[in-house]
Amino acid sequence: MKPFTNFTGLVAPLDRSNVDTDQIIPKQFLKAVVRSGLGRGLFFDWRFTPEGKDNPTFVLNHPQYKGAEILVARANFGSGSSREHAVWALQDYGFRAVIAPSFADIFFNNCGKNGLVTIILKPEEVDAIFQSIAKHPGYKLSVDLAAQKVSDEAGWSAHFEIAAHSKRVLLEGLDDVALTLEHASMIEAYEKQHPVPYR
Amino acid sequence: MALTLFEKIWQEHVVMEKAGQPALLYIDLHLIHEVTSPQAFEAMRVAGRKVHAPGRTFATLDHNIPTIDRDRPIADPDSALQVEMMKKNCREFGLELFDLASPDQGIVHVIGPELGLTQPGMTIVCGDSHTATHGAMGALAFGIGTSEVEHVLATQCLWQVKPMTFSISVDGKLLPGVSAKDMILAIIGRIGTDGATGCAVEYRGSAVAALSMEERMTVCNMSIEAGARAGMVAADQKTIEYLRGRKYVPKGADFDKAAARWLEFKTDDGAKFDRELRIDAKDIAPQVTWGTNPGMVVEVTGKVPDPAAMKDESARKSVAAALEYMALKPGTKIEDINIDRVFIGSCTNSRVSDLANAAKVVKGRRVAKSVHAMVVPGSQHVKLEAEKMGLDKIFIDAGFEWRESGCSMCLGMNPDILKPGERCASTSNRNFEGRQGKGGRTHLVGPEMAAAAAIAGHFVDIRNWGNH
Repeated sequence: MKPFTNFTGLVAPLDRSNVDTDQIIPKQFLKAVVRSGLGRGLFFDWRFTPEGKDNPTFVLNHPQYKGAEILVARANFGSGSSREHAVWALQDYGFRAVIAPSFADIFFNNCGKNGLVTIILKPEEVDAIFQSIAKHPGYKLSVDLAAQKVSDEAGWSAHFEIAAHSKRVLLEGLDDVALTLEHASMIEAYEKQHPVPYR
Repeated sequence: MALTLFEKIWQEHVVMEKAGQPALLYIDLHLIHEVTSPQAFEAMRVAGRKVHAPGRTFATLDHNIPTIDRDRPIADPDSALQVEMMKKNCREFGLELFDLASPDQGIVHVIGPELGLTQPGMTIVCGDSHTATHGAMGALAFGIGTSEVEHVLATQCLWQVKPMTFSISVDGKLLPGVSAKDMILAIIGRIGTDGATGCAVEYRGSAVAALSMEERMTVCNMSIEAGARAGMVAADQKTIEYLRGRKYVPKGADFDKAAARWLEFKTDDGAKFDRELRIDAKDIAPQVTWGTNPGMVVEVTGKVPDPAAMKDESARKSVAAALEYMALKPGTKIEDINIDRVFIGSCTNSRVSDLANAAKVVKGRRVAKSVHAMVVPGSQHVKLEAEKMGLDKIFIDAGFEWRESGCSMCLGMNPDILKPGERCASTSNRNFEGRQGKGGRTHLVGPEMAAAAAIAGHFVDIRNWGNH
C-alpha cells in the first residue's frame, strides 16, 4: 500500500443515505479476477442508461465534478455486501477519500486495507459541505490525515477521529500481513494449545 | 466476572493485544468461494507466501455457478474462469474444495453447519457478508473483504477492533404463521439497516430458544442487514443434537467431550451488554419489504408508506426514491401487490425445513399463470434430502422449477436474474436496487409467504392460507 499524503481535491456530492455496495459496483463486475480497472463499473446502474450512455442526471456525470477526488455522502455509506471491489472501483475512478456521517463496518475496514481514507464527520458538518458545494462551483477540500482535519480555502474546517493504529497504517502505507508475521512465534504458540479440530 | 457469549469466544481467541490497538484474533475456520478470493491468492503468489493453516480453510463454488445443466461447461466465460481459478488455487495451495461434482457442494453458509465444520465457540470468517449465519451454532462469525481473506490465508489471524455487545431478546411465543424470517425482518424494521453497526448481536429470549437450528441460522444470517458485525445464539442441547454425527465433528467419546465444552459458551447470569433490546414475540406478524433496503418493511396487512407524511427530510427522500424504483404508489395495500417471479432459496432460506414449509403451502395447488417460480436448494445434501421427502415432486407438480444448489437469484451473478421491471417475492436477504437483476424489484419474505404469493399471484397473509 502506498503511504497516504495530504492532498486538496475536488468534492463530488452524493446526496443519499444507505448507499450499498451493490450500488457502488454491481454484480457483473465481481467476475473480475484482478483488482484493477473496476472504475468503469463504479455506480454503474446510476451512471449509465440501459443503452450504455452516460446518464446526464447522475451527479458524477455533471461536468463540474469530473476529476473529483473526494466523495461526500450521507449516513451508512457502503452497507451490504462485503465486496472489496467497491473500494477498488472508487479508487480506480479517482477517489482518495470518502466523507460521510457513518460507514458500514466491512466497507470501512476494506477502505483501510487499501488506503482509501474514510472520514466520519458530524451530520451538520456533512450538511455544511453539501451547502458549500452547491454555492461554490469547483469546491475543494484539503485532507490532512496527520492533523485529522479537513478544511477549505475559505477557512472552514472540521476535525475527524481515526484510530491511532489505522492512522499509522495509512500514513506509513504498512503491509498488514508483514506486520502480523512479526508475531509468527505467538501465533505458533497459540496453535500448539489449539490444534485443528477436524479429523 | 460474568461474561457474555461473545466475550468468552473473543477472549479465547486473542493471540496478542496492546492497549489502543486492534487485537490479533485467531481464526478457527476460514471459508472461501470463487468470487471474493482470486485477488487474495494472486497477492499470496506475488509475495511468495504459503497458506498458513490449510486444514482450517475450506472452499466451495456457489456464487456464480449455473443451477441447471451442470453436466455441461459453464457458458459464461468470466464465471468459468473464476471457477477454474478456484480449482487451481485450491490445488496449488493445498486446500479442500467442494466443487460442482462434490456431494458436499452448496452455498458456503449452508454447508458450513451441515458438514459440522461450524462448531460452537469458534471464530469463523468468510469473504461474504452473510457469514454471521454460522453464529447460530454459538460461534463468532463475520464477513470480511478480500484483503482480509489474504491476511487469514497468510496468517490464520485478523486484526480486529472489539465490537460492542448487543443483546436482542425476543420473548414469548411466535404466533402461528410467523416465521424466523419474520422475526429478523421485524427486528431490522425496528432498529434500521445501521441499527447494530459496530456490534456483535446475541439473539436471546424464549422465542429464540424455541427456534430450530435452521431457523436460528435464518435469524443470524440477516444480522448484517441491521449493520451488525456478527449475530449469534448460544449453543444448547438442540445445537449438540444437530451436530452429532456430522462429517467434520469429533466422533464417539470425543464428541461428548467437545459437546460439554461447547455448552460452556453461553452468556453468564448477570453479564452486561453494551446495548439491549427486548421484543415481544406476539407483536411480530408476517413481514414483506416494500423498498430498497431490508429495513423498509411492513406487516403483510399493512400498506406502502407515504413519503409526504414524513417529517424527516432525509427519510422522505429515501422513501420517495425507493417507491419510484419499486414502482409503488403510497397507500397501496401489500396484499394488492402482484408479482411476476418467486425465488425460494439463498443462504437465508434454502434449507430442508424452509423447503418443507414452503411445500406444505404449495401442495396440491398450481402456481399462478402470470408467475414464474423457482426453488434453489442451498446444497446438494439439502437437494437430496428434499427429494427423499418428495418435496421436488410437490414443487414441480405445482409448476415450480427445481434447480441445483447455489446462490442463484439472491445476487444474480449466474443466469438466474430478474428482467427489468419484474417484481419478485424472494426468500433472500437483500432488496437493493438491481440486486436480483438490473431494474428488478425485490420483496423479501419468508418461505411460506413466498410460496403462497406464487400460488395467488400477489402477496397474501399466510395466516389466512387455510381459507384459500
